[in-house]
Amino acid sequence: MSRFGVRVLVSLKPGVRDPEGQAISEALPGIGVEGVADVRAGKVFDLTIEAPDAATAREKADVAARRLLANPVLETFELEMDRS
Amino acid sequence: MRAAVCVFPGSNCDRDASHAIREATGVVAPLVWHTDVARVRADLWVLPGGFSYGDYLRAGALAALSPAIDAMRRHVNEGGLLLGICNGFQILVEAGFLPGAFQSNDVLHFTARDVFLRVARTSSPFLSLYREGEVIELPIAHGEGSYQMGDDEASRLGATHHVALQYCDGAGRVQPEANPNGSVDGIAAVTDATGRVLGMMPHPERNAEPLFGTADGQRIFQGALGTVRRGVGRGA
Repeated sequence: MSRFGVRVLVSLKPGVRDPEGQAISEALPGIGVEGVADVRAGKVFDLTIEAPDAATAREKADVAARRLLANPVLETFELEMDRS
Repeated sequence: MRAAVCVFPGSNCDRDASHAIREATGVVAPLVWHTDVARVRADLWVLPGGFSYGDYLRAGALAALSPAIDAMRRHVNEGGLLLGICNGFQILVEAGFLPGAFQSNDVLHFTARDVFLRVARTSSPFLSLYREGEVIELPIAHGEGSYQMGDDEASRLGATHHVALQYCDGAGRVQPEANPNGSVDGIAAVTDATGRVLGMMPHPERNAEPLFGTADGQRIFQGALGTVRRGVGRGA
């Protein structure tokens, strides 16, 4: 068994309203950052997975993301394998 | 005729629900820890409000993985009644009993106040004692209460679910000004296709006796347990 790092990036689907992103976007001028037309908020999960190989680790992360970390109604996700 | 309330770590409306059921129907509804649900039989199970698992990840997402949920699936398949209130509604959605998903309120803060609701449908045991189009008043108290549906889900209205309650003004008009959280179509509650599963963001248990106002919530419990008494559910 080896350990693999897998990063799960969860984002809202295009077109889904994002109250959090909107609030952040409205706050940015307050710190002098102008011209940010849009902010979309998301989530990042860094998983450390014990598996015989990278493909198996990725499969496990995929199940975790599909079944729990992302809500398929509103969100999509991407997996990034740690190459280090 | 039996009722029971499922308690998750972080539930905090469990006693209120049990109290309201007793006041409204005379039925004593025990509080049952979520890992013990499979050992208790009831005609009506209530998933109460609160902050199960601290609302970590998404409200209701972690409670939806509890062994209680498998037991609830069997309960519903056998004809039982299932009511999710507030966090309980969020759990029912995360567990797939009802379609949709929740987002933060569009007002971006926790909202606790009384709202008016239009009864959109009465062909459910829970709603059988209301009139269609009736305007009732119940409190809401939530931060992630904006009910949304996927494009494919909304089109299956009637096949998989029915709208049960909608936020409205005092005259029963469903309009954006009366919508406290940005829910699509002002949806405050939905049932599954059978009407035996009801998820609702407003708290019927907090307005179920005259001391707290109109007592509009008590008919939810009376309807559910009255129907069971008449033998539609699993029976006593």
